[in-house]
Amino acid sequence: MSEAVIEKEKPVGEKKSFKHFLGKFGALIGLIILTVVLTFLSDKFLTVNNLMNIARQSSINALLAIGMLLPILTAGIDLSVGSILAISIMTMGIVSVNMGMSPVLGIIVCLAVGAAFGLLNGLLLTKLRLPHPFISTLGTMNIARGIALIITAAAPIAGFPYLIQFLGREFVGPIPVSFLLVIGVYIVFHIFLTRTQTGRYIYAIGGNKEAAHLSGINVDRVLIIVYTISGLMAGLAGLVMVGRVNSAFPLAGLSYELDAIAAVIIGGASFFGGVGTVWGTLIGAMIIAVLRNGLNLLNVSADFQMAVIGIVIIAAVYVDVLRQRNSKKN
Amino acid sequence: MAVHAGSLLELKGIKKSFNQNHVLKGIDLEVTAGEVHVLLGENGAGKSTLIKIMTGAYQKDAGEVYWEGKQVQVNNPVDAMNLGIATIYQELNVIPELKVYENIFLGREIKKGGKMSMIDHKKMKKEAERALGMLGQDPKIADQILGELGIGQQQLVEIAKALTLDAKLIIMDEPTASLSGSEVEQLYDCVEQLTERGIAIVFISHRLDEIRRMGDRITVLRDGYKIETLPVKTTETDHWIELMVGRSLDEKYPKKSFEPGREGFRVENLKVAGTEAPVDFSIHYGEIVGISGLVGAGRTELARAIFGADKREHGNLFIDGKQVKIKSPKDAIKAGMAFITEDRKSEGLLLDQPLDFNIGLANMKKFKNKSNLVNLKGIRDEADNYVKELKVRPSDIDLHARKLSGGNQQKVVIAKWLCTNAKVFIFDEPTRGIDVGAKVEVYRLMNQLVDNGAIVLMISSDLPEILGMCDRVLVMSEGRITADLPRNEATQERIMKAATGTADAAEKPLIAATGG
Repeated sequence: MSEAVIEKEKPVGEKKSFKHFLGKFGALIGLIILTVVLTFLSDKFLTVNNLMNIARQSSINALLAIGMLLPILTAGIDLSVGSILAISIMTMGIVSVNMGMSPVLGIIVCLAVGAAFGLLNGLLLTKLRLPHPFISTLGTMNIARGIALIITAAAPIAGFPYLIQFLGREFVGPIPVSFLLVIGVYIVFHIFLTRTQTGRYIYAIGGNKEAAHLSGINVDRVLIIVYTISGLMAGLAGLVMVGRVNSAFPLAGLSYELDAIAAVIIGGASFFGGVGTVWGTLIGAMIIAVLRNGLNLLNVSADFQMAVIGIVIIAAVYVDVLRQRNSKKN
Repeated sequence: MAVHAGSLLELKGIKKSFNQNHVLKGIDLEVTAGEVHVLLGENGAGKSTLIKIMTGAYQKDAGEVYWEGKQVQVNNPVDAMNLGIATIYQELNVIPELKVYENIFLGREIKKGGKMSMIDHKKMKKEAERALGMLGQDPKIADQILGELGIGQQQLVEIAKALTLDAKLIIMDEPTASLSGSEVEQLYDCVEQLTERGIAIVFISHRLDEIRRMGDRITVLRDGYKIETLPVKTTETDHWIELMVGRSLDEKYPKKSFEPGREGFRVENLKVAGTEAPVDFSIHYGEIVGISGLVGAGRTELARAIFGADKREHGNLFIDGKQVKIKSPKDAIKAGMAFITEDRKSEGLLLDQPLDFNIGLANMKKFKNKSNLVNLKGIRDEADNYVKELKVRPSDIDLHARKLSGGNQQKVVIAKWLCTNAKVFIFDEPTRGIDVGAKVEVYRLMNQLVDNGAIVLMISSDLPEILGMCDRVLVMSEGRITADLPRNEATQERIMKAATGTADAAEKPLIAATGG
């Protein structure tokens, strides 16, 4: 019998680690394959210029996606980020352009409005006990968009001061500041999620809300923090956007939440909560950006791009389903 | 229960591995018509895998299956169903929103004509009523919404479903695990009805008293091997255990007595929302206090209210004579309380997180360093210590909790609470669904806790366990404490009498199984 025990332990470990590897780096392998293929298909793809372009293009979605990761980790969702982005930049435009107040105040207002709507999402979920964040954030999605249109009479605002445009517009050498911001934000989120008590609690709540509650975790408090941060990141993404296009318009960020969700899911997070990483999300956002950029270089129309991204989402999740089915069987 | 001659199902040399993990190493099993055949073994012995091969959920790697003497291939659950094998799983496969008869005919609705025609509700109802009647149930429940029935009756509905499928063999995986006393009696009656019709039952159970009561033959499995098949009537329970664990257990209930000390924990005038009367009791150092009662007596509700998990109307709690304010589990933990919940999977564990995360969860504060970050290494070290100390198998803290057997999962939950340095431990059904070996380890741990100056309160539906381990037994009925019996006065009869109160146990409504 002892023979059988020895027999069973070692190879299991080996197999497990291979699957573990695939599970952990599946999205990265996808990104690498995509890069190699595009390099062959277009000689313009693998140039410093183009890569920096991708870095810049990906930054708004990357910021929204890292915010989105938190609700998804708790088995929730935030549909309102695109609208929160819009209301954040419109209020910033009113403060800093229309009213001519200081750009610093404008930036603070932009981030604060984002965080405030996120807080509202959190309160609706935990205090009104709405059954699912899909509903509360669907509500705020419409509210925020509506207010953004009302307060600006649906007109865009242009001519932002340099300080506001800095993040989205400037470069350090060849590297866009917005991408450096993304890297910085992701490092902070990585530490937050893996090393702080609240970060660990986010995983616990997504894994088993009741067990988390009975383990002394103030679930409501953590959820409020989660949605507030998601809103804050929408505000920050808006700030980058204004820098890139030097204007704010009330329909900005329309349906951006879907790209953010796609990035998180492609990056390996589970829709059922408790599973997902910061770096996976970054890779997810990069895959979307590389795909868009590559298809552009190949002169594929925007309509086709949409369909392709849809296929990638389904394929990425299907790979994950296969992997899980395998690991359950064993 | 008469044992009819003639083998119904015969398995020969069944082997099954997952990757290189050999779970079944050549199992022989023979089930005869009309017998109740029990599969007995510790968690991980291979019982569930064997059952899943019988039902077609898994494919065997090697071996032969004979049905009524003919060799057959069971490649999927439909094959098994066509042969006449039905399975009642622990987690019932029912849709609570549908009516009973709709559940019984789910997926094979009777039509009025061809494939595209309307469903014949009348005929389905009639067939369902007939099947329920065969089980001694009130046929009228066929028209009820299934979710309105108690868990025990829901299970009987599944058995009725098996009857409408003309099943000759019904497999039950721990059928009584979530049933109350009267529901268990009903199931016994029902099994008797089935065996009288020549239907064979294969069932898994950890409750030895129930095996004694229901079973005709036992097959003991250990480490993927069949150890022995033996008749129930002529063999001793202790012998079963020895075969099961591969050694003799010194004692089933390793009760230790300690010098009773001063009062350590007191519940005063506590009223759980929705109950009639408040509850008072206290626990002294050196004693293990048990709470017994029928399912639905309000035991779990009381524990949850004490722990701050549910709201209470009023009530004061005292630890060491000092009042503690508890409004949430967080407060309770801060005050030094631990709550080992009834349901490990839904309330105790993060199933898809590694063991170290689970163990550190309730006291993460302890692992924060100066910069307010969580010291992951600290958690790992401490978790590793607990895993070794409590002999969790496998002892790999990177393993996800889902991968462990029930007994080992329970040890992880206990480790989580030990990690909080708690003083008052509330165990809710601590040994439900775990094997004899792990049970004894849980009992030893309770002894050790008491010895180290902790307060232990144990809610249990397992009477022998209550009688075996507790120094004092509180009995609850309908939210009230109806008896407070010291160890020497606590008997099965007295407890049952207090638990059923004036109402007759059999006539009590079958209410929620989740209650305690």
